[in-house]
Amino acid sequence: MSLILIQALNGLQTGLVIFLAASGLTLVFGILGVINLSHGSFYMIGAYLALSLTGMFGDVFLALVAGIPLAFLLGLAIEWLFIRHLYDRDHLQQVLLTFALILIFNEFQQVVWGSYPHSIPAPSYLAHSVRLTEGLSYPVYRLALMAICVALAISMALIIQKTRIGRLIRAAESNREMVEALGFDSRLIFRMVFATGVALAATAGMLAAPIESAYPGIGDRVLIISFVVVVIGGIGSVRGAFIGSLLIGLTDAFGKVFLPQFSSIIIYALMALVLVIRPAGLFGRA
Amino acid sequence: MIDRRRLLSLGASAGAALACGPFIRPSYAQAGALKVGLLLPYSGTYAPLGEAITRGLELYVQSQGGKLAGRSISFVKVDDESAPPKATELTTKLIQSEKADVLVGTVHSGVAMAMVKIAREDGIPTIVPNAGADIITRAMCAPNVFRTSFANGQIGRATGDAMIKAGLKKAVTVTWKYAAGEEMVSGFKKSFIAGKGEVVKDITIAFPDVEFQSALAEIASLKPDCVYAFFSGGGALKFIKDYAAANLGIPLWGPGFLTDGVEAAAGPAGDGIKTVLHYVVDLDNAENLAFVKSFEAAYKIPPDVFAVQGWDAGQLLDAGLKAVGGDVSKRKELNAAMAKASFASPRGPFKLSAAHNPVQNFYLRELKGGKSVNLGLAAPAVADEAIGCKLS
Repeated sequence: MSLILIQALNGLQTGLVIFLAASGLTLVFGILGVINLSHGSFYMIGAYLALSLTGMFGDVFLALVAGIPLAFLLGLAIEWLFIRHLYDRDHLQQVLLTFALILIFNEFQQVVWGSYPHSIPAPSYLAHSVRLTEGLSYPVYRLALMAICVALAISMALIIQKTRIGRLIRAAESNREMVEALGFDSRLIFRMVFATGVALAATAGMLAAPIESAYPGIGDRVLIISFVVVVIGGIGSVRGAFIGSLLIGLTDAFGKVFLPQFSSIIIYALMALVLVIRPAGLFGRA
Repeated sequence: MIDRRRLLSLGASAGAALACGPFIRPSYAQAGALKVGLLLPYSGTYAPLGEAITRGLELYVQSQGGKLAGRSISFVKVDDESAPPKATELTTKLIQSEKADVLVGTVHSGVAMAMVKIAREDGIPTIVPNAGADIITRAMCAPNVFRTSFANGQIGRATGDAMIKAGLKKAVTVTWKYAAGEEMVSGFKKSFIAGKGEVVKDITIAFPDVEFQSALAEIASLKPDCVYAFFSGGGALKFIKDYAAANLGIPLWGPGFLTDGVEAAAGPAGDGIKTVLHYVVDLDNAENLAFVKSFEAAYKIPPDVFAVQGWDAGQLLDAGLKAVGGDVSKRKELNAAMAKASFASPRGPFKLSAAHNPVQNFYLRELKGGKSVNLGLAAPAVADEAIGCKLS
């Protein structure tokens, strides 16, 4: 029983962090039509930003306050330098350029932070564990992380569903020409969406840093899982990304306990199953 | 007094010598620089390891006045990128286009295996300064292939012995599901079970996954006396922190690579972890004291086990070269001398087994305040079993 409780918590926590990363990917993919392979690099940048900024401010949450705007600015710059030239290009060219970005960010990370793993402390007021069952404690930071992710998910849903900006984003997704015709600058919207995607991935990296620590290649796994989430949830659907992330987190957590020999493929099996039943993903438009 | 005649004859012979330059070069090339081909990771996750090995080796050569057996040494460094698919091409390049006299490499076992395969065919004297794959000094052993590091199973066995000695009886193992992890665990189980210990469960995690909570929950429900774990790099750091956060109250043991390189980052979460390895920086022997001093003077950081393995690659090569007076064309004698070499290493006495793997002491270490502290000898002069090696 306690094992099931722990695994449910693990699954939810993994899923929620994946959601933050994957929601950015699905927005960029769905609205800009850009396949961004370097999305995992922004997660990595987030983890290392957390390392440097926590060193300066002493608390990972304060690091977040400085780190999110920095990541947003980085997103704006990357969009302006590279991504905006790709909107009307072939997917292959997008893949090539964003793959090149991965190499550049990896090199940058090596030069600036080196290749030894670094640990980022959780804030002292959260750096303890609560006893859940006899013999096993659960880190409080992970519980706080879950709460923050849920809060972010709710505010994202509200922004997209209820605000003028959200309506504009949804409109740009379904009909770019119409948005232009109504006098809105779709390029500006695109730039903001891309930067938001970068900021979301980096936020996920920063929040996860005290649990994951920072090491080279930390973003690779996140990139792959995010793509799986986008495929399961349906391209461009933030709600789909949310459901998909939780599904993956839980499947992975329970798969490891009940079907350990299949643990490395179980999420891909889930993806195949979803694709057979709903080829456009759970919330995708065929 | 130099007369005109003598000046003329001197000038003429000097001119003749210059003109003949291109033809006589081969004859003194033998006395010139010896080319050591270094195939090591200089980029990627393993770059610090490749760097440490290189530093250790270069430091040894410097300590001998830049010469081994009277020959100056030149290094050709090739970044193997820890990529097995590139290993064959890079090794061939070092041997054929760079004309390396000896090979030293590498860290990644997959790359080392490809490299050793070529070295066996070519016959070029080759020293492996890290890669721990058992097979290199077991089924793949060769007269010209030497290792100055360890075999994975050897560390596992030494750790099992130390755990039995500490009175532990019931263990759970946890590692990544990949070759190094499996070899470290199977070596451990051999000696732990032989010492009347019981392994209740082997938990494996897909490589390079770092989500350890389910493993920790399982360990909590199994309630063993101790956990034997092997991870490395970022994964090891995360495991150590997650393990501490889970508050299991079960002692954590492992091969030294569980904590090496991440001691400082682990901080208080690492306190009390016991590991077994063939080196610890505070070893109290004359060779190590001198080594640590000169390493710190040269590079401003304390040495690690990888630097020692590089240093000993230098010592081993030196022993071989001395026996043949620096003439690497005498490969057979050179190999024979390296096989028989025994010297004082910073890790303690060093000699090779019949399979060319070090027979060495293993030390029990405990992590305290971000540093591995030596608790004493865990197992003296441990050799690998060398199953399948036909050298003797």
